[in-house]
Amino acid sequence: MDLLKASFKDIAGAVQGKKVSAREVTKFFFDRAEKLDPKLNSYIQLNDKALDEASSLDARIVKGENVGPLAGVPFGIKDMFCTKGLKTTAGSKILANFVPPYDSTVVERLKKSGVTIIGKLNQDEFAMGSSNETSAFGAVKNPWNTDCVPGGSSGGSAAAQASRLCAGTVGTDTGGSIRQPASFCGIVGVKPTYGRISRYGIVAYASSLDQAGPMVSTVEDAALSLEVMCGHDERDATTSQRQVPRFSQNLKEDLKGLKIGLMKEYMTGSGLHADVQKTVQAAIDTVKARGAEIVEVSVPLTEYAVPMYYLIAASECSSNLARYDGVKYGHRAQFESLGGVDLEDFYKKTRGEGFGKEVKRRIMLGTYCLSSGYYDAYYNKACQVRRLMRNQYDDAFKKCDIILSPVTTSPAFRLGDRISDPLAMYLNDIFTVSTNLAGLPGMSVPFGMSADGLPIGVQLTAHHFEEQKMLNAGFALEQSSSVKAKVPHVY
Amino acid sequence: MSTKGYEAVIGLEIHAQLKTNSKMFCSDSTKFDAADNENTSPVSVGMPGTLPVVNKTAIEFSVKTGLALGCEIRRKSVFSRKNYFYPDLPKGYQISQYDEPLCEHGKITFKVDDVEKTVSITRAHMEEDAGKSNHFGEYTLINYNRSGIPLLEIVSGPDMRSAAEAAQYARTVRQVLRYLDVCDGNLEEGSLRCDCNVSVRKVGAEKFGTKVEIKNINSFRFVEKAIDFEIDRQIDAVERGEKILQETRLWDPDKNRTFSMRTKEDAQDYRYFPDPDLLPVILTGEQIEKFRQELPELPLARQQRFMTEHALPLYDAEVLTTERELADYFEETAKISGNSKAASNWIMTELLRELKNAEKSIVDSPIKPAALGKMVALIEKGTISGKMGKTVFQEMWASGQDPEEIVKAKGLVQITDTSAIEKIIDEVIAANPQQTADYRGGRVKLFGFFVGAVMKASKGQANPETVNQLLTKKLQG
Repeated sequence: MDLLKASFKDIAGAVQGKKVSAREVTKFFFDRAEKLDPKLNSYIQLNDKALDEASSLDARIVKGENVGPLAGVPFGIKDMFCTKGLKTTAGSKILANFVPPYDSTVVERLKKSGVTIIGKLNQDEFAMGSSNETSAFGAVKNPWNTDCVPGGSSGGSAAAQASRLCAGTVGTDTGGSIRQPASFCGIVGVKPTYGRISRYGIVAYASSLDQAGPMVSTVEDAALSLEVMCGHDERDATTSQRQVPRFSQNLKEDLKGLKIGLMKEYMTGSGLHADVQKTVQAAIDTVKARGAEIVEVSVPLTEYAVPMYYLIAASECSSNLARYDGVKYGHRAQFESLGGVDLEDFYKKTRGEGFGKEVKRRIMLGTYCLSSGYYDAYYNKACQVRRLMRNQYDDAFKKCDIILSPVTTSPAFRLGDRISDPLAMYLNDIFTVSTNLAGLPGMSVPFGMSADGLPIGVQLTAHHFEEQKMLNAGFALEQSSSVKAKVPHVY
Repeated sequence: MSTKGYEAVIGLEIHAQLKTNSKMFCSDSTKFDAADNENTSPVSVGMPGTLPVVNKTAIEFSVKTGLALGCEIRRKSVFSRKNYFYPDLPKGYQISQYDEPLCEHGKITFKVDDVEKTVSITRAHMEEDAGKSNHFGEYTLINYNRSGIPLLEIVSGPDMRSAAEAAQYARTVRQVLRYLDVCDGNLEEGSLRCDCNVSVRKVGAEKFGTKVEIKNINSFRFVEKAIDFEIDRQIDAVERGEKILQETRLWDPDKNRTFSMRTKEDAQDYRYFPDPDLLPVILTGEQIEKFRQELPELPLARQQRFMTEHALPLYDAEVLTTERELADYFEETAKISGNSKAASNWIMTELLRELKNAEKSIVDSPIKPAALGKMVALIEKGTISGKMGKTVFQEMWASGQDPEEIVKAKGLVQITDTSAIEKIIDEVIAANPQQTADYRGGRVKLFGFFVGAVMKASKGQANPETVNQLLTKKLQG
């Protein structure tokens, strides 16, 4: 079995069938990560118990136990997910030494389905960033071109997955943090409907937008991962009670009868990179050829999606990050002498040292938006427009099943290019944030390559809880993708 | 009440810890005497990624309290975050309710010095408690056991005009909470906390004066004292031409005064916004109706019933319904005794006195209602006299023994047999010829002497009523 190309089904079948041990599979990816990752910096930490955990999985298999649908599939986990006994930093100095005494629900479910954990993946600090350059543990490099960013905030997940430093990864997506890096690195990234996957144990950035999802090599692997990750969790009041479909068993590439919408607002923009435009056009031709009908739809309020997003996300984060105060866990400021030091000094020094620049910027922005006298003009107004935009999406999905669009305006940009210009960086999210604001499922499927040899994804968005339709469209595109099964050479 | 032409305007914010088994937003225990930080979990200490899930019992208790306080219950209420930094607030925000609270527009009626008073309840909303900071000079230790305990904050209108009214309002709210069995109502242990907003204005003025909030009051007596102190302080200040500062003051029970904790200048902007981790609390009309049906009999209704069903005077009914447990005690005693008023008398005089002296609550009474009921019944049947009853009561209090056993062991059975008593009377008359002659000669005051002599000869066991009757007859000759 070529583990670089093996699907989850291949690995799980072989491990459960004792054709290969979980330990061997884990060791293959672990060694690969250990050897190659210094070039990419996609891991914050490798799990030094990974092999032991794989061995105990093997022991259970020997005893005749069925260890789950992802038996022995080694995953890298974005460092936003709490992992019991394994440091969880959220890419921040303020949590640099935080070891959670609990697993996030996602990690718990992955483990229960037989996954082994190779390590924790790098990311923008608290998932605030679109290039993985805000991480307190250094930037991640794009494996297709190490001068380029892998995207963000789940940049470590995308880079590690693209270069197969693990078999699968999970990321989180608040405004595009799964889909944009998936596009930049040429992998499949899915953000399901808000409420599909429990947020319990995922370090919170913006609670009404955060959603976890798989970042993997194929649509089938994504579908299989979703089956394991999705579903009601009594520890997260916002999770849906809905039944989770057997996504992976219902995949089909025939798109007859499916209406694919092209959103006026996303197709007519002039700032679109020629290679991106070409890729999207090729995707439209492909879905047409596979029987889908193309219709035009419009969601006019997406024009305000980026400002809406930054008002709401910043407001929520200003509250969510208040708990990092140095009192209970995480970084705590040290003082040479406590003479004259009061509580406020303690907070200021702790948080001043612990948070990076971008995080501080968003906390300040959010604190301002929620302040008395500004609340109505900013936070509340953004929430009102958000509801209206959601209604417009409801109307659009009366006319179509899926909206097809670019993921970003351009392929991966160069490291350092945008980090000093926050507004330019924020505009990266122009095609992805409205999906989060409306709570819709969205995914990026790798489809084209730029003239410079960088992968380009296509974004598919569906109505609430219509992941199956979206995965099917992705599956159809995947069959004609020029990125499929390509692994960048990392030396 | 007015002093020097001023009147006080008082409103109360009562924080009631709800008696749920687990916390407001997680499954931690709420056990009171747990070791430091024993009742904690990743959720209640605000670890990364943890999320709140609403405790349904806390909602039930809150709705029931709202109904008992005559409030309207919102079909949709919303949890918001109140943001501020403090070490015992683990998330950096408190989950509370802000612009859409669960209960609103209620009122409650009670009596102060026999005058009926109605106070409006502006709102009652759910929130979580914070942990507790313990300061030790150079350092502070935090106990998060309290963090996340469900609280119901009951906010009154600015309707009270004296410290006595405010204290009685607080007692009445406590009584309702205890009748519903949703809160211990213990001010000293902090399961009930009372913040008082006090301002003064010239009688007849329409505008309120600047209000001062008093915190840290741990008894009803101190509620009264603190408000009285504050009213005097404010009137004096206004009289001197000073401006009242909007501030929070703490009550110092040792010095009998309030002192400033923080002024409006440090007032915080709490940046309230709806908590995105929680869905709105949605209640259907049927659910609210079901809670209403489940409400126990409330103090006023019970008081009325004691007057009609048990034919008690108002005073007895008021005293016996102050606490649900006391009212329960009375009803059980009355049922067994066969004479409600007699039962009431024994409880209100003997039992409450002994409990007070022993600093015991009714639930800890060594005499159980069944036993007291039996004793009253023994008197009713004439088995023992009322005077013997007192002896039996003392013995029951001391030993917790059954009254019938005490009566048997002490040979306290009353002699009601007329012939036996007649025999004793004859002997007494025969032994006191001079007194008999004097009595018959008109010195009727000597009757008491004969009763005493008969009782003494019967070792106190003769039925006094029978003795009276027979003696009257016999002495007439």
